Parts: sequence; structure tokens; C-alpha cells
Amino acid sequence: MTIPVQDLLAILPELVVIGTACLILVLDPILAASKKDLLAWLTLAALAICLGLTSSQMTGRQYAFSNLVVIDSYAAFWKLLLYIVTGLTVLLSLAYLKAERLNIGEYYGFILLALAGMMVMVSGADLLTIYLGTELMSLSLYVMAGLKRTEARSLEASAKYFVLGAFSSGILLYGISLLFGLAGSTRLSVIAEAIATQGTGNPILSLALVLLAVGFGFKLAVVPFHMWTPDVYQGAPTSVTAFMAVASKAASFGAFLRVFVEGLGGVSADWSILFTVICLVTLALGNLVAIVQTNIKRMLAYSSIAHAGYALIGVVVAGRQGGGAASTGLASVLLYIAIYSFMTLGAFALVGMLRKEGQESDNIEDYAGLAKREPLAAFFMLVFLVSLAGIPPTAGFIGKFYIFMAAVNGGMAWLAVVAVIFAAISAFYYLRIVMVMYMREPEGAAASHSRLETSPALSFVLACALAGVVLLGLFPNGLWSLATHAAPLLK
Amino acid sequence: MDHIFFFYFAGVIAVTSLLVVALRNPVYSALALLIMFFHVAGLYVTLHAEFLAAVQIVVYAGAILVLYLFVVMLLNVKAEERYHDQLPVAGLLGVMLCTEVVLLLIQSRTATSVSAAPADPVTAAGNTETIGEVLYSTYLFPFEVASLILLVAMIGAIILAKKDLLEGPSEP
Repeated sequence: MTIPVQDLLAILPELVVIGTACLILVLDPILAASKKDLLAWLTLAALAICLGLTSSQMTGRQYAFSNLVVIDSYAAFWKLLLYIVTGLTVLLSLAYLKAERLNIGEYYGFILLALAGMMVMVSGADLLTIYLGTELMSLSLYVMAGLKRTEARSLEASAKYFVLGAFSSGILLYGISLLFGLAGSTRLSVIAEAIATQGTGNPILSLALVLLAVGFGFKLAVVPFHMWTPDVYQGAPTSVTAFMAVASKAASFGAFLRVFVEGLGGVSADWSILFTVICLVTLALGNLVAIVQTNIKRMLAYSSIAHAGYALIGVVVAGRQGGGAASTGLASVLLYIAIYSFMTLGAFALVGMLRKEGQESDNIEDYAGLAKREPLAAFFMLVFLVSLAGIPPTAGFIGKFYIFMAAVNGGMAWLAVVAVIFAAISAFYYLRIVMVMYMREPEGAAASHSRLETSPALSFVLACALAGVVLLGLFPNGLWSLATHAAPLLK
Repeated sequence: MDHIFFFYFAGVIAVTSLLVVALRNPVYSALALLIMFFHVAGLYVTLHAEFLAAVQIVVYAGAILVLYLFVVMLLNVKAEERYHDQLPVAGLLGVMLCTEVVLLLIQSRTATSVSAAPADPVTAAGNTETIGEVLYSTYLFPFEVASLILLVAMIGAIILAKKDLLEGPSEP
């Protein structure tokens, strides 16, 4: 058995990530407890190498390992985004794990293994590869969600995530097996060909479509498959929550779009109806339930559900229109998720490091008077929240603007109108926190108030997230041209 | 003849899977599951997937079921009444979904574009050899990803079950 060298070169970034993960797992027991930071720096070094390697894969389209893996600009776009958010998560964890006194070197190994799963997902050209990538990502995340073992809530999050995740994987597999029965292969290109030659009349195809949509719906956390999200996001350690809310969502969108556009593009008329419904209920439920939350992690969880709804608008438009409107729609999804990543990561970073008496203070009440105690932290939070609400000149506005423009140009202005209404509703709960921070006086003694535990790593994360939110808001053209270059073609 | 075997295996699988969730004593459920695993293996034999049938029995009936029984006995799980009040809602939704799936399946028989999956010809070398060859050539990449999944599961279980994660004085 020989493996062609060009195949190995194609997956070099994956190999670097996996190799570093194994190295970390081996080094962890050898290193003294005081030197565990070294593992984080090792992770960052691996990510930097991958950033360089993947940047060189931005052009062309190359298949590897008997067409099971595809290396193209679409995969490269998601991978670059994933490296950046993973790097920021690692830096955040450096501060967060110390504050929580969670001394686990394996943590970084698991982050890298989850990242490897995500990379396999976004560059999978075969349902089997995509499924296994999803499992690798999910299993790592289940473990990471339960790392705060002394807290019942963290264990509950892990168990709940595991059970529901296992169910969703089962449903995804049912869908894949039906598609295999139809096309005789799990390869996306073969499935697309089979749909083109056999026509779309077969009811089994619709059944497979629904099952795949449900399976991916769980991973994307869209209504009605969102039930796990608030509990898991609240219970998991905040650095892990940030990683789940951002990286896992981005990777799931990457795999989801690849499957539905490249594999099931022939039945786009069917799935666009399905996703219109999912998109509408997601926008409604995500935004309305977020209003009544008193815990900021739960609120951000519902907010992340709602944001998946906005991104789905682009998918719906692409499926409905086809052709030129489709690629703008898909590019706007890519842009939206990239922007969403920065603002959500920034918000979670602040939530994790605002602490009182050694504990995380994640009740919205704890934010009262923050502007007086920690003016800079309050300002950062203000920018992230304003961006999440989609108010110019922040990046959040740009993301929504491109999505809504795609909807209007695609002849679905009504959908854009509905989304704008929900965006206006969402401003209420985002700005309520701003009001609490700036207008409300805190209760109780000053010692019991939450403060930001600063460290150089955290400052760097916040600065990066803020720079992302502000700069992408002012100069979105670079990212937009990258997204249009990377967006997949819907035939 | 094939049909008789198929309906026998499929029928027993359907009945025993129902029993797994319907029986109230977890040990009985586990035993019903055991019977189901054996009949699934039988189904594989009728499809000439002998290797899969053997794996089914070794892995599922042999290893996984024994684990189940250990857990049931170690935790001393009593008959569980808590979840049975969900029956009306779950039953209604289940029946609706089943009807829909069956309807779709019937329609697809009459649909014009039915195609049977092209069966890969199993070479004379035999089942096990063919699977081994394919796993180490065509499907090498997913095979290696699967090995990583096992690595994560193993280390994850150790971390969650064993290690003392907190440094310094332990919190209450």
C-alpha cells in the first residue's frame, strides 16, 4: 500500500493539526503543572503554520484520497476562519482556565482534534467523510463541555449534548443511507449526477432530504432542533461555549452548504421551501425567547440561534433563485458567519472573564454599573452588542445588509422585511444589557461586584475581536470578495 | 425462500425493538436487544455480508450488550416508571411519522425513477478480504478519521472519569 505524495500534501494542514494534538497529549503528563502554558503556545504555532499552508490552497480545486476529500477555495475560506477563531479561543482559554483553576493540558489537544474534525467536515467531498468529521468534532466538544466536573451544570450540559448529538447523528446517518440507496454512492458528485439523471420525483429523495436537514439542523442549532443550545451553552465552560457557538457553527454551515449545494443542488426547489419555514421559526423563536432571559450566556445562546436564522435567509434565496442570485446568496452566508464569529467570540470572552469572588458572573443583573467600574470592558461589550443587533457602522450591520440585499435582489423582499422586523426586536434585548451597564446602579457592597480579570492574552483576544467588528464594518470589501470567490456554485 | 427468511428476521427485529423500549425491567430490555442483534446479523447473512454478520455478533451482542448488562447490574437500575407518561404524545407523533414514511416508501415503489443501487461485485477473494482491501485503499482517509474518533472517545472517557482536574485547594 502506498499513499500518493500529492494526497498527503493536500491534507498537510490536517496532518499538522492532528500531529500537534497527539504531541500535546503526549507532552501533557511530562510537563510540570506550571509549564502547561507551553501547550497553548504550541497550539498557536501549529495554527500559524496551518494558516500559511491553507492560504496557498485558495485557488484551484484538487481532489485527494480517491475523491473523498476536496481542497478548494470554499474549504480554504472556512479553514482560515476556523484557524482564526480557534487561535482566539486558545488565547481566551489561557486566561479562562487559570481563572477557573482548570489545569488540563488535554484541553488544547481536544481543541485541535475538534478543529481537525471541522476541517474534515468542510473539505469532505463524500457524505461518509463529512459524517466522520462531524463525529470527531462533536465527540471532542462533548468532552470539553463537561470539563468543569465540580459543577453539576457542566456535567448536565455534557450529557445532554451527548445524548441529543447522538440522536442527530443517527438521523443524519438514516438520510445518508437513503441517499446511498438512491445513488449507489455516498460521493456528493455522484449523488448530484443521480438526481440529474433520475429526476426529482422519487419520494425517497424527499425523505432523505428531510432527514439530512434534521441532522444538520441539530448541529446548526436552528428551531425546532435548538433545544440543547441554551442548556449546553450555559453549562459548558465559557471558553468552550465560545468555541462551540462560533467554530462548530461555522464548520456545520460549511458542511451543510456543501452537501445541499453540491450534492442536492438538483432539488434546491424542495429544500428552499423547507428552509424557508425553518428560517422563519428560527428568527421568531430565537429573538422572542432571548428577550426574557436573565442569564447572559442563555441570552447569547438564543442570539446565536437567531443568527443562524439570518444566515439561512441566504441559503433560502440561493435555493429559490439559482444562477447568479444563488452565488450572491451563498457568499452572503459566508460573510455573515465570518462576521458573526468575531462579535460572538468577543461577547463570550467578556462574559467569561467578568467575575466576582472567583466565580463567573453571568447574570444580567451583575452587569449593573459596569460602565463606572470597568469603563473599557463596558465599552467593548457595547460594541459587540451593537454589532450583534446589526446597527451601523459595525460589522453586524454589514452582514445583515448583504443578506437582506441578496434576499431583495433574489425577489424575496418579504423575507427581508420579516427579518428586519425581528432584527429590530433583537435590538431590544441587546440594548437592554447596554442600558443595565450604563444606567443602572449596582446593588450591595462594592466588593461583591463583578470585575474584569484582565491578562495580556485576554486583552489581545478582545482587541482582535473589536478590530474585526470595527474594521469589517468599515471596510467589508476585502472579506466580501473573498466570500464571493469562495462561494460554491449552485448548478 | 429469501423472502421467508427476510420477513422472519425483519419481523423479529421489529417486535424485539419495540420490546426494548416497552418492557419495564431493564434486564428484559437488554435481553430483547440481544435477540434483535442476532436477527440483524441473520439479515446480513441473507444479504451475503458474512463479515458484517460476524462483526455484528462479536461487537454488538458480544461486547456492547455485556457492557449494558454490567451497567444495569452495577447501578442496580430498577424498573423505570418516570418516562412512561410521555406515551400518548410520543405514540401519536411516532404513528404519524411511521405512516408518513410508509406512504413515501409505497409511493416510491410506483415512482418511475426507481433505481436499484448498483451492487458492487464482491470478488472471488471473499467478503472479508474485499472489505479489508477497500478500507486500506479507497476508504483510507475516513478509516483514519474513525481511528481519531476512537482516540478522542478513549481519552475523553479517561479525563471525565478519572483525573483530578482542579489545582490548588479543591472547591466544595
